[in-house]
Amino acid sequence: MAQSLFEKIWASHVVAPETDDTPAVLYVDLHLLHEVTTPQAFDLLRARELPVRRTDKCLATLDHSTPTVPVTTLKDLEVVSEPSAAKQVRQMERNCKDFGIELRGFGSRDRGIVHVMGPELGATQPGATIVCGDSHTSTHGAFGALAFGIGTTEVGHVLATQCLLQRKAKTLEINVDGELPSDVTAKDLILSIIGKIGVDGGTGHVIEYRGSAVRALSMEQRMTICNMSIEAGARAGMVAPDDTTFQYMAGRPLAPQGAKWDAALAKWRKLPSDAGAKFDKQVSIDATKLRPMITFGTNPGMVMAVDGVVPNDTDAAFRKALAYMQIEAGKPLLGTPVDVVFIGSCTNGRLSDIRAAAQVLRGRRVAERVRLLVVPGSHAVKREAEAEGLHEVVRAAGGEWREPGCSMCIGMNGDTVPSGKLSVSTSNRNFEGRQGTGARTILASPATAAAAAIKGAIVDPREFAS
Amino acid sequence: MEAVKQIVSKTVVLSNDDIDTDQIIPARFLTTTTKEGLGRNLFADWRYEKDGRERKEFVLNQPASLGATVLVGGNNFGCGSSREHAPWALLDFGIRAVVSTAIADIFRSNSLKNGLVPVIVDAATHRWLLEHPGADVKIDVPSATIEVNGKSVAFPIDRFSRYCLVNGIDQLGYLLEQNAAITRYEQAHA
Repeated sequence: MAQSLFEKIWASHVVAPETDDTPAVLYVDLHLLHEVTTPQAFDLLRARELPVRRTDKCLATLDHSTPTVPVTTLKDLEVVSEPSAAKQVRQMERNCKDFGIELRGFGSRDRGIVHVMGPELGATQPGATIVCGDSHTSTHGAFGALAFGIGTTEVGHVLATQCLLQRKAKTLEINVDGELPSDVTAKDLILSIIGKIGVDGGTGHVIEYRGSAVRALSMEQRMTICNMSIEAGARAGMVAPDDTTFQYMAGRPLAPQGAKWDAALAKWRKLPSDAGAKFDKQVSIDATKLRPMITFGTNPGMVMAVDGVVPNDTDAAFRKALAYMQIEAGKPLLGTPVDVVFIGSCTNGRLSDIRAAAQVLRGRRVAERVRLLVVPGSHAVKREAEAEGLHEVVRAAGGEWREPGCSMCIGMNGDTVPSGKLSVSTSNRNFEGRQGTGARTILASPATAAAAAIKGAIVDPREFAS
Repeated sequence: MEAVKQIVSKTVVLSNDDIDTDQIIPARFLTTTTKEGLGRNLFADWRYEKDGRERKEFVLNQPASLGATVLVGGNNFGCGSSREHAPWALLDFGIRAVVSTAIADIFRSNSLKNGLVPVIVDAATHRWLLEHPGADVKIDVPSATIEVNGKSVAFPIDRFSRYCLVNGIDQLGYLLEQNAAITRYEQAHA
């Protein structure tokens, strides 16, 4: 029978099949770990005197509560971080040491946001099952992996058994056909998709993004798309691996090498969904009709074209969202003054994102009223961007160039948007208070965010296209 | 995990759709390394003024909500971040069950592992509950039913999760029993 990409990966990882009485036991190939969602899981192992079953399948780093100002020693950390955040980082170092897990922590050239670091090291591979105590684990689906976020109890399960108890998800095919207009980015595409299917449109489903527009995307763009699958409520998002995937992966340190690479490649080429594979639900998007998008409300499904008008709705939650955002229905957002611009995160903190922002910033000055923070997603991104002089472009424009981390996407590391201030952010969530208590967030692409920093207001990025 | 069979309580209602886990427990409280004490900051940004005083108008601060252990939320409750701190905070506060028309996948999975009962009901039952805050409900986990307005309504829950809830069994024990099968899998896929 014709199988989808998801079904193939699922079938090849079943340790014990699901029955009416019990969920499937699913094997996990790669377990990503960070400091915020793991301490209680390690405590569980200690309480039960259990070892970590496969330390070789763990990839650990510091990103969420880690500051983005330079920190090279623990003493620095005590100075710049809240005591609880510093304690959490120290706890991660201790947990990894106690259980024999290599931590790519301070001083590691590899450290970065876990969803930026995994792919760039070649740890993220097609056909793999990948989990992490973080909902944006869906990012790794860009490589044709089955990757999803789990809770801390499940982090403990994977540490102890390398397995998870899972019920098989349903499948949702999203076909994006046609060519994206040149000024429409991957971020605009995924915001459009979430706007169309809603923040619960993917609940219970694994999305496979298909179609000519998806095939034409680079790996970094595919990661942006898959990253926000969770914002549509989906369990995971994935893109079938192809030559774009293999070219990106070739030669990366943790990717297979030599004869092993050839063998892996032969396997990976069999992963794409078979012709005639059935999906439980289908959605079609015409890429040619898409435009640069921004959010106007307090969830990522409340989106509009950057040059459009805020829609109107009598629904109480809708009105509450607009009241929180101090935004009026029926009016355009163009020209709305902006206070903070954040460029970074696991959604848009990769080299191509920094380049897109720098292209707008080059030779221009950030508006007086705006604080611009540019945070590379990893040390590798930072090194590559600096080799191209992009840090100088950011600084010359009046922006701050930071150390890698989650930064203002989650606001638990010292980087926050002040209460009441309006932020244009390349991150993934515009929930109330996500970037700081009372902060108001508009999600956008790096180009749109950088343009807003220059203008000091919401602006059509096409005004700055060179 | 404590066994949970029956929950008899009045409800407390938060009718907004899409209540995300950042609202349930804001990220700044996630720098903890334990599970305890999160209830204090449950819905912190809705519950407290900037100076820390309780907001009288917020439902959890009202005397009528005192002692309620069943929270009725709008559609798509618990969306967003995978933080298990969300069910930990609800449980620490005293909530034992969450009722909605849809509950986000990861939040639902996390809830089941901690003894917080996710109850998904039809739109009509949900509407009635939203319109009758403080209503008395009875949740029976063994029969997977909720008694609302004199009617017994079934809610979906897989047999395994139900068994674990009713017996207070943590799923790790079951997974550890799969050791031989896991080893066989690893040998076959080395």
